Amino acid sequence: MLAEVVGAADLTRADIESALGMDVPVHIQYMRWIGSIILHGDLGTSLWKATPVTEELLARIPVTLELGFLALVTALVISFPIGVYSAIRQDTGGDYIGRSLAILCISVPGFWIGTMIMIFPALWWGWSPPIMLIPFTEDPLGNLQMFIIPAVVMGMLLSGVNMRMMRTMMLEVLRQDYIRTAWSKGLMERVVVMRHALKNALIPVITIIGLQVPILVGGAVVMEQIFCLPGIGRLMLQAIVQRDYPVVSGVMLFFASGILLINLVVDLTYGFLDPRIRYR
Amino acid sequence: MDDIARDASPAVAREPKRHSFLVDLFIRLVKEKPLGTIGGVIVLILLLTGIFADLIAPYGFNESLGAYRAPPSPEYVLGTDNLGRDMLSRVIFGARISVIIGLAASSLSLLVSTIIGILCGYKGGKFDLTVQRFVDAWMCFPALVILIVIVSLTGPGIGQIIIVLGVQFGIAGSRVVRGAVIGIKENTYVEAARAIGAPTGRILMRHILPNIMAPLIILFTTRMPAIILAEATLSFLGYGIPPPAPSWGGMLSGPGRANMLIAPWMAIWPGLALSIVVYGINMFGDALRDLLDPRLRGGVGRYGVKKTKEATMKGDTSAAKGLTKQ
Repeated sequence: MLAEVVGAADLTRADIESALGMDVPVHIQYMRWIGSIILHGDLGTSLWKATPVTEELLARIPVTLELGFLALVTALVISFPIGVYSAIRQDTGGDYIGRSLAILCISVPGFWIGTMIMIFPALWWGWSPPIMLIPFTEDPLGNLQMFIIPAVVMGMLLSGVNMRMMRTMMLEVLRQDYIRTAWSKGLMERVVVMRHALKNALIPVITIIGLQVPILVGGAVVMEQIFCLPGIGRLMLQAIVQRDYPVVSGVMLFFASGILLINLVVDLTYGFLDPRIRYR
Repeated sequence: MDDIARDASPAVAREPKRHSFLVDLFIRLVKEKPLGTIGGVIVLILLLTGIFADLIAPYGFNESLGAYRAPPSPEYVLGTDNLGRDMLSRVIFGARISVIIGLAASSLSLLVSTIIGILCGYKGGKFDLTVQRFVDAWMCFPALVILIVIVSLTGPGIGQIIIVLGVQFGIAGSRVVRGAVIGIKENTYVEAARAIGAPTGRILMRHILPNIMAPLIILFTTRMPAIILAEATLSFLGYGIPPPAPSWGGMLSGPGRANMLIAPWMAIWPGLALSIVVYGINMFGDALRDLLDPRLRGGVGRYGVKKTKEATMKGDTSAAKGLTKQ
């Protein structure tokens, strides 16, 4: 491409191609790429900045992880109590409000809420979210203040899905015989719900949370863009604009392996929640 | 597709009345699901707005009126944007884009899901195993990230977006269809069809497909809001439908965000329209699922039998009464 523009000699063009590793067929390029990852943990070099992709990724992983973690915590904190309440007070006013809220959380796009949060506090109180990244080690509170808004917006979508799942599962479990037994023993509602029902309802919910990590990643890409957080999602968008393919494939590999890892952790969690499930 | 749907109705409804399935469904929707009916009305309004956008919109979607960033006023009900275009007209024409993308991409995704799901579910064995591993691998990548990468290669545009979204959501949805087919194919009537020597194609089209109509309709209604949101998100990030086309997501990006403090209405209305529409389709889809899902019909959850359900309900209410006494 470059050679055509400057009208360089064929020799120079061949040089550039071999320097970029483009002088061999695609499948050999792929084997080289995967080989250097397995052997040296090397994801290649950024075409744009000429820095190792691994370095770029490592510098940005903490931001995305913190964002995702906070979003997940927010989602759980919002969804569990409302989902459980919706189920134990089925078809009451509270249940209807909870269910409508859940659908609302799923329907309202995060990038719109994010933009609204940028607009209205700025118009009314002249406050806007910080632009520069504040490292956690320097100012934990300032750092949290910076992350909490995008995390809550991301968590909203997940909490909607989780709320519905939690409610459905609780409804199923609450109709089981052992719950009737627990009631007839005269146990308090708190004990029946918390100890007998909730634990049994959790397994499918945990599975769903594992499956939601891709949504979380998508949310992180959007939120990092809106709130100017230097995370992996922003790195990927920049790399795509700059056609920096080693970085793009590095980010994709990172996302995919992260999702696989989290699903493995989810599978292993079952054993703790349900003693009947054992891994040998 | 339509013929098959009508053919399938008795099998899905399991009722003696042959052609009143849709009418029956409609009556039950209005009677049992008030929120679903509101959702249905929103869907209807969206469809009509999309179809008759030319007649409803006061101005053209790309017509500069000379008033730049004018606040909402009787003349420009929702204000104008930085290029002097009427926001109301743009939001109305945006509905058309959402309808086109939503319907086309959802249909395509349904087609992809059905082909993969039916073949995998019916054939089973090594074929199923191989294809499902590809589906697994595909679903490991975050949908939005895959979409951005593919669109950055194909270039933005309505056609590309429809195909990319349709295939992406189609592959993810094939699981649902496969599960439904596996449940159906063990039935005696499938065995009987095979015994009289019906070719595989006929079994799939005449015996399997009509019986998975309910999960297919549910899949369609759950995919549509997700696809509309995905298109908006892509357009917001600049990988969707290129300007000047009035995509709701695209209106929120670029100029919408650059001017958001001077002209907040540029960012408010498209997002509000998007939220209402997705909310409506979700409500409608939820109600439809409750009405169509055989697992939920007549009973609750695993009980399925009405009598048991009533007994449980009684148990619940007495328990609740016991609680209020405490």
